[in-house]
Amino acid sequence: MLIIEDLHVEVEGREVLHDINLTINEGETHVLMGPNGSGKTTLLRAIMGFGSSRITEGSLIYKDHDITHVPIHERARLGIGLLFQRPPTVSGLKLGKLLAVTSGGDSERIDEYARHMNMDTFLERDINKGFSGGEIKRSEVLQLMIQKPDLVMLDEPESGVDLENMSLVGNAIAALVEKDQHIINRKKSGLIITHTGYILDYIDADFGHVMCDGTFKCHGNPREILKMVQSKGYKECIACQRV
Amino acid sequence: MPESMKGYSDLGEEDRRRIEMTGLQTESLEGRSGSFLQVDEHIHHAQTDSKGIEILALSDALEKYTWLEDYYWKAVPRDKDEITQYIAAREPKGYVLIARKGSQTTFPLQTCLFLAKDDIQYVHNIIIAEEGAELHLIAGCASSMKTKKGAHYGVTEIYVGKDAKVTSTMIHTWGESIEVYPRSVTVIEERGIFLSNYVCMVPAKKVQMYPTAELRGEGAVARFSSIILATPGSYLDTGSRAILSAKGATAELITRAITTGGTIISRGHILGSVKDTKGHIECRALILKDGTIHAIPEIEGRVVDCELSHEAAVGKIARDEIEYLMARGLSEDEATATIIRGFLDVKISGLPESLQTQIDAAIDAAEKGF
Ligand SMILES: Nc1ncnc2c1ncn2[C@@H]1O[C@H](COP(=O)(O)OP(=O)(O)O)[C@@H](O)[C@H]1O
Ligand SMILES: [Mg+2]
Repeated sequence: MLIIEDLHVEVEGREVLHDINLTINEGETHVLMGPNGSGKTTLLRAIMGFGSSRITEGSLIYKDHDITHVPIHERARLGIGLLFQRPPTVSGLKLGKLLAVTSGGDSERIDEYARHMNMDTFLERDINKGFSGGEIKRSEVLQLMIQKPDLVMLDEPESGVDLENMSLVGNAIAALVEKDQHIINRKKSGLIITHTGYILDYIDADFGHVMCDGTFKCHGNPREILKMVQSKGYKECIACQRV
Repeated sequence: MPESMKGYSDLGEEDRRRIEMTGLQTESLEGRSGSFLQVDEHIHHAQTDSKGIEILALSDALEKYTWLEDYYWKAVPRDKDEITQYIAAREPKGYVLIARKGSQTTFPLQTCLFLAKDDIQYVHNIIIAEEGAELHLIAGCASSMKTKKGAHYGVTEIYVGKDAKVTSTMIHTWGESIEVYPRSVTVIEERGIFLSNYVCMVPAKKVQMYPTAELRGEGAVARFSSIILATPGSYLDTGSRAILSAKGATAELITRAITTGGTIISRGHILGSVKDTKGHIECRALILKDGTIHAIPEIEGRVVDCELSHEAAVGKIARDEIEYLMARGLSEDEATATIIRGFLDVKISGLPESLQTQIDAAIDAAEKGF
């Protein structure tokens, strides 16, 4: 579904990502871990096409299209979706209004999903204005439920979500990447940044990757990586060398 | 077509379209409680079907009601400036609208002033809402496509009685060569509420106005909301002023301004001259293409216990907001228009739906140009 080749990305004139290679096949869910500032968000933003994450070298191939220089909205229309870690507030734009636009006016689906995500009272509010951390995440998940992307990218979906809502968000995300389907029937793929690993309680991710200083340090079983990071921290990863 | 709309069909199709853009319904009064059309100095019709509401030509009103002398040139001084002097020196033209004590209109009353000639159109309107009356007014102003140079001089005197409420929504649809000089003062008595909405989304060569609300009665409320777009060649010097001269009086002046190359001077002045008064000025502006936005908010307090504040911001559309919406599948242009639409969405509470629809239509019509 997505092939990243030798990708180099600059932010504000400084190279933040170096030589990234990654292949995500249909039906696979990948988890991205790594210390703060290592470049995880930058990678997701580069895949989405944000101007501030400027691709200087390498390529992005999505569903056989070279999307390296394709505008954001075309990537979205091709099926790439992103849950923002910190989305901006858009004053005067109601959440419900945006959903109406992205759903093509399917108000029944909006109401149903909004109720499901406990967001039905937020449809008439300006998007993200005064939303708590957890409300932002629920609103982002709701937007993705409407958008139905094939490649689901999530930037720390569990941060700010309280215990009460964690299973709601976790299960909704599992549905986005079709964890309710048999493996052979899964068409959706996921690329998920997680800090805490809580999301792994809801989805069995297929692959894990550790990013340090703008490049992948290692790849492996997500649970094994999480266990190691939880016990020893990322300093172990940073010091770690191939022998 | 009502009898009184006779002569309307003499106007060209384009002119009729521009009149209709102001919201004037020419076929029926459905959804309206009354309507008034003046082309240049000629009053085409004045009619209302609502109980307790009367609309008549100023000259007729002055003959019919001697008490009108207490209102005629009493809020706006005759010798205020060249504009008022010009109007005072001529035969009275315009309308008088009276909402009798306790009367209420569910539907707005629609007025339209249309400038067809290459000259000065002048008008003097008086609006009186007696005690407890509630009145919604759409004041549309437009000019003919054919008018190459012209000017509109206007005086409006509004009297909001005790416990009365007046909502006035003015929509300007002038032409690129028209100069507009409205002079307006509203006097508000005890617990009276005055809501003024101003929408100007099409070009005008020059608009200069600074409507004032005098809050004379205890607990009086005034709110001015303005939505202004300046295209290249437009010079819009607009503002609003509130004089808080009674206990418990509150005023809010809210402006959303956008330039795509024209000039906007956005003035605001609140004077708190007695205790226990409150006022706030808010001006937010976007510069989409190089142009000028000059916000001049003034707050002036003269006693303890008057709370006045202002905020003004001039900026551009944030890139991260555009990209956020693009990530949801909106093109850059769609995202930009959506954000601007949100920016212009000042919540005007208590506005009848038909008025909001009218404002939305004016914004929608301009949206294509962003
Ligand atoms: N807008 C920005 N301007 C300058 N530097 C930035 C900007 N955004 C991110 N960076 C830098 O890029 C690096 C990677 O950041 P990020 O991708 O957000 O890391 P992570 O998501 O792994 O915590 C960091 O050093 C960060 O400071
Ligand atoms: Mg991050």
